[in-house]
Amino acid sequence: MTDETSAPPREPGFSTLAIHAGAQPDPTTGARATPIYQTTSFVFDDVDHAAALFGLQTFGNIYSRITNPTNAVLEERVAALEGGTAALAVASGHAAQHLVFHTLLTPGDEFIASRKLYGGSINQFNHAFKSFGWNVVWADPDDISSFEKAVTPKTKAIFTESIANPGGVVTDIAAISAVAKKAGVPLIVDNTLATPYLWQPIRHGADIVVHSATKFLGGHGNSIGGVIVDAGTFDWSATDRYPFLSKPRPEYSGMVLHETFGNFAFAIAARVLGLRDLGPALSPFNAFLILTGIETLGLRMQRHSENALKVAEYLAAHPKVEWVSYPGLASDRYHALAQQYLPKGAGAVFTFGLKGGYEAGVKLVSNVELFSHLANIGDTRSLIIHPASTTHRQLTDEAKVVAGAGPEVVRLSVGIEDVADIIGDLDQALAKV
Amino acid sequence: MNHDRYDDTYIRAILSEVRTIAIVGASANAARPSYFVMKYLSERGYRVFPVNPGQAGKTVAGLTFVATLADVPEPIDMVDVFRAPEHVPAVVDEVLKLDPLPKVLWTQLGVRNDEAAAKAEAAGLKVVMNRCPKIEYGRLSGEIGWTGVNSRTISSRKPLRLGEGVQRLSIAPRGPKSS
Ligand SMILES: Cc1ncc(COP(=O)(O)O)c(C=O)c1O
Repeated sequence: MTDETSAPPREPGFSTLAIHAGAQPDPTTGARATPIYQTTSFVFDDVDHAAALFGLQTFGNIYSRITNPTNAVLEERVAALEGGTAALAVASGHAAQHLVFHTLLTPGDEFIASRKLYGGSINQFNHAFKSFGWNVVWADPDDISSFEKAVTPKTKAIFTESIANPGGVVTDIAAISAVAKKAGVPLIVDNTLATPYLWQPIRHGADIVVHSATKFLGGHGNSIGGVIVDAGTFDWSATDRYPFLSKPRPEYSGMVLHETFGNFAFAIAARVLGLRDLGPALSPFNAFLILTGIETLGLRMQRHSENALKVAEYLAAHPKVEWVSYPGLASDRYHALAQQYLPKGAGAVFTFGLKGGYEAGVKLVSNVELFSHLANIGDTRSLIIHPASTTHRQLTDEAKVVAGAGPEVVRLSVGIEDVADIIGDLDQALAKV
Repeated sequence: MNHDRYDDTYIRAILSEVRTIAIVGASANAARPSYFVMKYLSERGYRVFPVNPGQAGKTVAGLTFVATLADVPEPIDMVDVFRAPEHVPAVVDEVLKLDPLPKVLWTQLGVRNDEAAAKAEAAGLKVVMNRCPKIEYGRLSGEIGWTGVNSRTISSRKPLRLGEGVQRLSIAPRGPKSS
């Protein structure tokens, strides 16, 4: 037995978890890398085992829409990296958001969201979610009191990004968490741009973390995927406002999920009442690629951040550049928040403004040779986009500006190539603007 | 001892050494957590005795309910308590009257009563509170990771399969058998 006076065992560090968490040698073959369990279904040991699995009475696999052993390794790994109790891997970042809100909201409910979000999320909340009767109320991350003012008796959750796409906005998660706690609602943080290497929002009060694993987690631009992490911090039974968790579920003969699964009940609910019924399952092959990417997450995020800082410094000194919004720069309005929340680096994604406006933006993206002109971030490769003519095109001019995607704005996702080549490419393209 | 956290080695030793488990407050309703726990533990090879006066004599999932701890027909290694914290002292009083004394008092997730625990410890019992033996077994065997739960354990050693089935793992020590 343990010596009661002994110090607690050392917790493994980030990169050890990034390589090992969730991945044990395969019990049947001894395979050390995580096998791709490319199968729809799993045989039962016997009829009784089948019944126990369907009743959620035992751990195990039935069908890959609900659980899959490759996906499970990804889930446990991201849960460990974020410091959560459990996770659920799904087909995309958007699917992750959909399932989170499906688990929390019923028609007529409201949620508060930061105005500064990925354009696709703004669309999802403004349009797709409205048709489910889930009503978004926008707030300004630069004015925390706007979150407080937006709270009504119908508010069921607050949503924000840690570092917001595209603008390099650093959100004061601890301050927004205080608003959420006062309102008695969970705080959901999209941690896609920071990744748990740079920032663990659960430490600052997030109750649920979501990821577009498509981006830095996978990191190589080869797979779409999403992850939901349960922090295990929210008391779902304190009120009767979250019936998926606190009420007997007819889907499972009256089982109460929070009472049964305790501090990982949210992840279970998103799986068995969300993923099971709505269906956006992640392919095990994609899970494998994302897992392989995560093994080098720490190394990549270090290099991404170092390169991005140098590129931002270069751009800030360039005569054709009007402004650079990178929180790693000492002059940036979010620098103080970055020092508080992002001591290891401010990530790879940021925007800058060209003096030449919309046309200069179009010219720049047309003249790069190393940078790829495409609508993604978080690749080993350097990426560039002019949001006003692409991702944020559907928004009104005013909404574009509010979302940090005005006509002069260019977004970079700085890759991990040699930084001299990255800067060299921008230099030659800017010369043509 | 400190009941805010437990080392994995402490929990593993308990779950490895006990064989007979009495579950106080067990339910015959298949949607209740206590039912899951008794069924799961019995499938992992433990001898499980559900204790609930309202169900005495009834058999569910091959397990027969008894009314009180004293009615369990064999020596009990561990008593697992599914009762609210305020009822734990009365359960401990019952436990301490058993002969032989059980080795372990375990109280479920959300159930903690430090005074009752101290009394059991003074009598030589090991105590675990505010934990679920099913979750702990699943965590230590690696089974719980199949559901995306953070087991907070890492190992480069192959998990051990339990019994005949493919979807069952053991908590026995992994790796090369010591010679
Ligand atoms: C911050 C952020 N959240 C969510 C998403 C949506 O993720 P996915 O494209 O994987 O659905 C994206 C994609 O660009 C994103 O950048």
